Amino acid sequence: MSPQRTLATARRVLRQLRHDPRTVVLLLAVPCVLQVLMHALFTNSPQVFQKVGVPLLGLFPFVAMFIVTSITMLRERVSGTLERLLTTPLGRGDLLVGYAIAFALVAAVQAALVSALSFGLLGLDAGHAAVAVVGLAIANAILGMSLGLFASAFARTEFQAVQFMPAFVLPQILLCGLIVPRDAMAGWLRAISAVLPLTYAYDALARLASSSPVGARFWVDLLVTSGVTVVALALGAATLRRRTP
Amino acid sequence: MSTAISVRALVVVRGGREVLHGIDLDVESGSVTGLLGPSGSGKTTLLRSVVGAQIVASGSVEVLGLPAGTPELRSRVGYQTQAPSVYPDLTIVENLDYFSRILDVGQSSVGETVDLVALGGLEGQLAATLSGGELARLSLAAALLNRPELVVLDEPTVGLDPVLRQGLWQTFHELAEQGTTLLVSSHVMDEASRCDVLALLRDGRLLATGTPAELLERTGSSDLDAAFLALVEEGSSE
Repeated sequence: MSPQRTLATARRVLRQLRHDPRTVVLLLAVPCVLQVLMHALFTNSPQVFQKVGVPLLGLFPFVAMFIVTSITMLRERVSGTLERLLTTPLGRGDLLVGYAIAFALVAAVQAALVSALSFGLLGLDAGHAAVAVVGLAIANAILGMSLGLFASAFARTEFQAVQFMPAFVLPQILLCGLIVPRDAMAGWLRAISAVLPLTYAYDALARLASSSPVGARFWVDLLVTSGVTVVALALGAATLRRRTP
Repeated sequence: MSTAISVRALVVVRGGREVLHGIDLDVESGSVTGLLGPSGSGKTTLLRSVVGAQIVASGSVEVLGLPAGTPELRSRVGYQTQAPSVYPDLTIVENLDYFSRILDVGQSSVGETVDLVALGGLEGQLAATLSGGELARLSLAAALLNRPELVVLDEPTVGLDPVLRQGLWQTFHELAEQGTTLLVSSHVMDEASRCDVLALLRDGRLLATGTPAELLERTGSSDLDAAFLALVEEGSSE
């Protein structure tokens, strides 16, 4: 790997986004609009908004980066740019880390915007620390990116890649504990949710949002989330083959 | 003259079907070698084998004295894929800027290469808004940025008007005079006469190799189209 090639890749990805202002606006505005919607929805039960508001803040970047990465990487595969890149001295790590840097920056802006809105205007209580929430949101964005990257290897068309969102992401959102607490789930559902990475990402956010101490489990959550990110990135790297059939 | 590419008994299987049936080919350094053959004859597969992107079943491919696909070759071989493999949502300069940083060459090479492929004046234009010919030249430019010792071009002149094609072939020969080796595929026979050496490929087999004059003399034909047909008949009657 070389820092120069990694940074060049990050810059290239950001430049591509800059030429697509509509996507940038959607990436930044949609989470804000959804958060306002949640706030309005729970006007009469603010404690519910307080409970789900913070986790949602961290989940938006996860979903957004999953979709963006799986589509962009699929485009690289289909258009032949990936084949070209892999005949150059660019390392697979340069490509992946370059993508991670670019999308982490976007996720940071996205999370900062929604946080400012939620903690400032919507009266959401940041719990332990607003900065920690933004930090977790960025970590979740990279988790979403690494899973999206891995998923893109199994898509042949953009249609399929888009369908991976409901297939990979929705079950995780349903089972992570946001909709029904994990303790209230049937045993087999809890078992499934225990092997889904988003469960741990959600738990960390929920612990940050609550007024009680985060506890040791918080650090386990962080460890699992970052561990899965590394594994998914490694698996994603393995799907980038210099030699293909 | 030394040998830039040496292919021996190359067999490639794609999708359960053997598409190259034991190719032997030598390409001399500093030459413009044309890989000619109809669509589906295995040209792209052979080129991908040379750049090390193709999984081969058996045989050997040696490039600049090293096995194809050796990491060291990645900065010494330029490759233009058949489809224009550049980023449509970046401008010409942004595309070339990115590739130049990957290839670790100075920014001055971007401007020089833009001029080389006659894209001057369009630097700030998004690749998505370029015509097919302009896009092909941008893709070519990305392969030439670091002036590699070997340039492998898959149908670089498709969709170009005759004037531009003439210009590009001129460029290829200028590069060859400076010592670059070029392996260029085409399915258009009228481009064959512009090559120093020809390799005629059909159904995954090499029909013949030689200079255009040699092939004309050998088949007693007046043009290369007729020579190709004669060689096909010669091959099937064996």
